[in-house]
Amino acid sequence: MTAAVARPTTEDELAGCVAEAARARTPLEIRGGGTRSGVGRPVRSAATLDLSGLSGITAYNPAELVMSAGAGTPLAEIEAELDRNGQMLTFEPMDHRPLLGSQGEPTIGGVFAANVSGPRRLSAGAARDSLLGVRFVNGRGEVIKSGGRVMKNVTGLDLVKLLAGSWGTLGVMSEVTFKVLPKPETAATLVISGLNDAEAAAAMAAAMALPVDVSSAAHLPASLVNRCLGGALGWEPATLLRLEGLSESVKVRKDKLARAMAAYGDSRLLDAEETALLWAEVRDVMPFAKDRAKALWRVSVAPSAGHQLVAALRLNTGVDAFYDWQGGLVWLAMEQDTEHELLRTFISRLGGGHATLVRAPAAVRAAISVFEPESAAVAALSTRIRRQIDPEGIFNPGRMAAAETARQGATEN
Amino acid sequence: MSEMIAFLEPDPAIIGRRAAILADIADLLPSDALVTEERELVPFETDAFVSYRRLPLAVALPETTEQVAAVVKYCHREGIPVVPRGAGTSLSGGAIPQEDAIVIGLSRLNRIIEVDLPNRCARVQAGVTNISISQAVDAEGFFYAPDPSSQLACTIGGNIGMNSGGAHCLKYGVTTNNLLGVRLVLFDGSVVEIGGKALDAPGYDLLGLICGSEGQLGIVTEATVRLLAKPEGARPVLFGFPRSEAAGACVSEVIGAGIIPVAIEFMDKPAIEICEAFAQAGYPMDVEALLIVEVEGSDEEMEAMLARIVDIAKRHGVSAIKESQSATEAALIWKGRKSAFGATGRIADYICMDGTVPLGQLSHVLKETSVIVAKYGLRVANVFHAGDGNMHPLILFNANDPEEARKAELAGNDILKLCVDAGGCLTGEHGVGVEKRDLMTHQYAPADLGQQMDVRSAFDPKWIFNPSKVFPLDGRRSK
Repeated sequence: MTAAVARPTTEDELAGCVAEAARARTPLEIRGGGTRSGVGRPVRSAATLDLSGLSGITAYNPAELVMSAGAGTPLAEIEAELDRNGQMLTFEPMDHRPLLGSQGEPTIGGVFAANVSGPRRLSAGAARDSLLGVRFVNGRGEVIKSGGRVMKNVTGLDLVKLLAGSWGTLGVMSEVTFKVLPKPETAATLVISGLNDAEAAAAMAAAMALPVDVSSAAHLPASLVNRCLGGALGWEPATLLRLEGLSESVKVRKDKLARAMAAYGDSRLLDAEETALLWAEVRDVMPFAKDRAKALWRVSVAPSAGHQLVAALRLNTGVDAFYDWQGGLVWLAMEQDTEHELLRTFISRLGGGHATLVRAPAAVRAAISVFEPESAAVAALSTRIRRQIDPEGIFNPGRMAAAETARQGATEN
Repeated sequence: MSEMIAFLEPDPAIIGRRAAILADIADLLPSDALVTEERELVPFETDAFVSYRRLPLAVALPETTEQVAAVVKYCHREGIPVVPRGAGTSLSGGAIPQEDAIVIGLSRLNRIIEVDLPNRCARVQAGVTNISISQAVDAEGFFYAPDPSSQLACTIGGNIGMNSGGAHCLKYGVTTNNLLGVRLVLFDGSVVEIGGKALDAPGYDLLGLICGSEGQLGIVTEATVRLLAKPEGARPVLFGFPRSEAAGACVSEVIGAGIIPVAIEFMDKPAIEICEAFAQAGYPMDVEALLIVEVEGSDEEMEAMLARIVDIAKRHGVSAIKESQSATEAALIWKGRKSAFGATGRIADYICMDGTVPLGQLSHVLKETSVIVAKYGLRVANVFHAGDGNMHPLILFNANDPEEARKAELAGNDILKLCVDAGGCLTGEHGVGVEKRDLMTHQYAPADLGQQMDVRSAFDPKWIFNPSKVFPLDGRRSK
């Protein structure tokens, strides 16, 4: 069986494909739209399971703030339908295509499988926080349901969370059910100019401590700021604070925020239209979309540690970075591909967190830990969990950790 | 009273070795940290699900993570069940022990270890009460969002076990949305750190899995929780309606209009009467249904949002609107709501259901709930989180009448099945515990439950952690 592609169109067909692969111990690459297939370690698969046939919104009542859809449903279709009803995915999923130069249509299953969240994650939670229920096929070919379509649910183990962010290595989702929220009536962004990274971190922390509901906080240093809004932000570093909500409320809050932040530097306000454009660029990491040959890291640390990490790295190597999530999400370009040990050592010294190599040639991704290596006890736990869901290790083997291929390797020998 | 819910049969071999086991465990703990006298064990025999009681073998009250780990390691090796316990406020029997179990009480792990305001988080030990986190950061203008009614007593460890919610989770989410990290003692006594101060953790979402796992995956000894900036002000407003359906339709339209208040609480007439008699909160008495809608922000913001809500409420025939005029009045309004369970307990025995349904099903489920309860000849008071569909029917009965107690349990079961059949779930924030364990097969197919049990086994191969709970005793495939 070489490079075969199965494209089931029903959940039963999907379960059949998986059961057959489990019997034959055929490692599968699980594929939605394929726009994020360049993230992670290269998958060692013998066949592809294409989920684009499991497409379509299956349940949506706007007044209930919940939608269900086949995992292969294009994200664009979901967002268009939500938009028609004045609603949205509150976690603002990033589109990886500009960054990776990938083609295709992102799917809703892919968004949840990779737990893809954008700038509003700071205040509204990640994709995993919006995911209420899943139907998935486990490695035995059984269809499993977990969670449901209600906002609060503590009925049994939350396998929904486990599937979110598992990059297709645990089960194949067939249907996802998620929370949606009304779109904010309006939005505005306060742009503070001229702060260095450390000052920006302090300013963002101060803004998040105010009772004005800042929904997103990001910082673009001088080296990257002109890559946003077509250069309209100028050449001075820009610290961005977004406000969203009812128009009366945003009006009051933006005045309060501007007054409180005056101590940090000169600022100006962007209107709703500029706000939408700018945060879409921050979300999609557009400042690093140009030179795709360069390796790019996504680092998640405590918000006050982000700029310290970049400063520490700068003393040792060439880096460029910007910050989202109040400074806790660092998009980091390093001159050398191979300095992951240095990066991870500094993260650990600064109180912990993790780094993911989001963009790099396949050879580099195969050679180093793309995802943060786990402690021995946690890695053992993860392996035991995986064996309880995908006993033969057929789903996306190798994508998250090299150890995932052990079982496959053992059966081949 | 004959018990409808079975616990696992105690292992006579463990009971028979009690003295030796207690001597071994005593060696692992400080001198006053093992409770063995029967009269001292009585306070641990049940939780807030008081119909069921079991005296444990002993209660360990460790003071450090290392002591927890030592006891767990020993119990795993010897195959002795372990029941973790916070403050014992579980409404579903999650903390009720069994005769052959060691209770590990976390009450002495009650320190706030670190408050980190620039990163808006706090590191606390598992036995810290929910309210004390908010109290510790109140002066600095922060709070911890999940606010279960039992927040004065319940612990953060218990909140994590049950993924607790509260009245304000419509805006702020439940425990799982506000938890950044835990220190977890695994079955073999090893200690792992999951998550931390970063907004997301690497690898599989073990934090999400642990939250709501009812003490079956390990024992949480420390947690890092998110803190949020306190709003400038909060104002609860009472909206009385002549009909329950009108109140339900008003909730739908408020949310449909893009307005998400921090809380929308619903009370029916019996609940209004009970709570008003207790708290004298000034609830209107001539209405069939009451909504407590809370808005937050500056005065201007609250007024703007309220104006829109009032418009909608008027379209749905609201008959009484009462805004709190002072902080004292606001506190009274919430006191009435948060004491609903306690106040009910003063007039009757009750069991509280926790099914959650899609918002569109609220009216239907409310109506059918009355039908079910009337069929058993009992009374019901409804008080619940309308914004997120989390129902809390309180079924009133007399516990001294075994027949009535049995009927109350049966009515509760019927109501939960109704919730599941309406597209909802058995429990939104109280947990399965023993109470709803045998109804799990109504919500899940055997394969669904089997997969959950398999994952449980990955954490606890011998099933020593809280083993009588969550999964029906029949059909356990992984042990």
